[in-house]
Amino acid sequence: MARVVFENVYKRFDEVTAVNDLNLDIEDAEFLVLVGPSGCGKTTALRMLAGLEEISDGSIYIGDRRVNDVPPRDRDIAMVFQNYALYPHMSVYDNMAFALKLRRINKGEIDRRVKEAAEILGITPYLKRRPKALSGGQRQRVALGRAIVREPAAFLMDEPLSNLDAKLRVQTRAEIQKLHRRLGVTTIYVTHDQVEALTMGDRIAVMRDGVLQQFDTPQNLYDNPSNMFVAGFIGSPSMNFMQARVDTDGEALYVADDNGLRLRVPRDHERQVAQMRGNPIIFGIRPEDIELQDFAEPDWRDNVVESRVEVLEPLGSEIQLHASAATHTNGVGQLVAEEQDENETRTTDIFVARVDPRARVRTGDIVPLAFNMTHMHIFDTQTQEAIV
Amino acid sequence: MSQQIVEPKRSTLLRTRSGGKRTTTQEQAKTRLAWLFLLPTLAIVAFVAIWPLVQTVYQSFTDARLASGDEPRFIGLENYRLLLQDRDFLNSILVTVQFTLITVVFEFALGLLIALVINSNFKGRGLMRTAMLVPWAIPTVVSAQMWKWMYNDTFGVINDFLVDKVGILSRPIAFIAERNTSIPAIAAVDIWKTTPFVALLLLAGLQVIPGDVYEAATIDGANKLQQFLRITLPLLRPAILVTLIFRTLDSLRVFDVFYVMFGNRQNTQTMAIYNQQNIVEFSDLGYGSAISVAIFLIIGIFVVAYVTFLKVEEV
Repeated sequence: MARVVFENVYKRFDEVTAVNDLNLDIEDAEFLVLVGPSGCGKTTALRMLAGLEEISDGSIYIGDRRVNDVPPRDRDIAMVFQNYALYPHMSVYDNMAFALKLRRINKGEIDRRVKEAAEILGITPYLKRRPKALSGGQRQRVALGRAIVREPAAFLMDEPLSNLDAKLRVQTRAEIQKLHRRLGVTTIYVTHDQVEALTMGDRIAVMRDGVLQQFDTPQNLYDNPSNMFVAGFIGSPSMNFMQARVDTDGEALYVADDNGLRLRVPRDHERQVAQMRGNPIIFGIRPEDIELQDFAEPDWRDNVVESRVEVLEPLGSEIQLHASAATHTNGVGQLVAEEQDENETRTTDIFVARVDPRARVRTGDIVPLAFNMTHMHIFDTQTQEAIV
Repeated sequence: MSQQIVEPKRSTLLRTRSGGKRTTTQEQAKTRLAWLFLLPTLAIVAFVAIWPLVQTVYQSFTDARLASGDEPRFIGLENYRLLLQDRDFLNSILVTVQFTLITVVFEFALGLLIALVINSNFKGRGLMRTAMLVPWAIPTVVSAQMWKWMYNDTFGVINDFLVDKVGILSRPIAFIAERNTSIPAIAAVDIWKTTPFVALLLLAGLQVIPGDVYEAATIDGANKLQQFLRITLPLLRPAILVTLIFRTLDSLRVFDVFYVMFGNRQNTQTMAIYNQQNIVEFSDLGYGSAISVAIFLIIGIFVVAYVTFLKVEEV
């Protein structure tokens, strides 16, 4: 049980600054998810906490203790590795007992802890087997078990689900959450998967290029992303970003572009948007906030854009509709540009809408799409910081 | 979970049962094809290995002479009876085993040390890996001759160093001539030459061990020594076994170094040299064959011992 604190932490490799002034205050028993695209520094941050990487600058605290110079074995942490890192020559039992044996804990106690952990994880029948004789999911549990028996102050998990197939991943995700609730141990969990982050984290720290972008609860991240990167990273399909400007007709404010988009800014956002009047902005809206007019909520119907359907992706529960404003002339060719680099958040002329599966639309149709402007986002073109 | 694993098995079972007949004929055809592919190899092995072996065993029961017109006579176990009383042969076993023990122990210890060093990350590691193979690349005949000069009591650089430069010795030692120093001296040559090879074999074994296992062990609280003893050594066992078998067999059959440095000198003959002498110089093919069979058996004993003591479990 412990609080974990990163205080102005830096990690520099020769030329590269992998972690840049990281500040995190993780509460006791909290489940913190570090998320970001590959190379964002999340794993490096975790490895510094584990003691596998030296800290270039700043301090890391576990409990009240500054651990910068404490060797890994004395940090009272347990880690679950991406590839499990089980000892191939030891049985499941010995894998789990290894750390305890090194600590000279007496045999009876070791046996009790290993068996209890095995029971929790449902791997009791495999205790005598070698890791090689286990499936991926079972190995994953053994890796978890090895961490649990330690009864550490904090669990560190480095993409522990990335080697499991999709179904097992969802299942194990739930089990890790259950385990966390049961054991109440501070957990720092690294992933590149925003779904994992949203579903598991009490709080999420989004990182990019070594810099912490936002540190908040899942819902706040989703509702109020602090910049374009977080807005684009959290949520699937990603938020739509369009080049636009703020117009006014003297009475109300509008988000408008040259392709025929003209959407009214709701009253409660006017004050923030007003300052951008006449300036280019980036308009952001999530796919779930665009719907065919017929199926849209009544208050969405004030903001309708005639759009051409470029691509249809029926998913059963919904249809993902790639569309462009009808007056816009560029065709499907534009879609290629939409392929997004993980690190790059770009604007496009094509936007995605998640519409009702009952909709009867075909590629090439011109359809009225309603925008839920209450959930609009506006970003600064230069800084990419959120204005609304 | 368990259901997910059981189910595919059941379906495979069903499939085999329903299409049972075809599977068997298919499998038979596959087996036949496999044998067909193996046949050339088997023929060659039979021709170059099994046949000569059988021939040798047969000849060891005769009084056959090399390049002789006389028909060899079958003399039963006579050659073996003589062999057991042959002091020169027993001495050659002693020499060979002595040489083997010294070289294998040192080559393994030094090779492992070098492999561990090279396996750690440092600049110029690739260059080091290549450079260390130089002794291994020099033909033994050349390096043996080189060392022979270095050991020379009058002109040798080693005596010069020990007597004149450092002054540990009061007078030069004829390393090669004296029985007590000659075996360690020649072992040193082999160690110098072969340690890099051992290091390379072990390095290959080390590189297969995934790095995250060590990180896990670090966090689990194992210090470097514990990591070496409880992770590295057990995981290296297959590579160690292969290395030891290779090196022991090579050492037991050693010929070239001894031949260049000591010639046929009786008190430092190895088994292979004694064998060669009997067959080629004395033309005693029957007796020589018996020696060959004896060597074969001695080597066999070592291999069986290794495989038993270093049992390699499936990892």
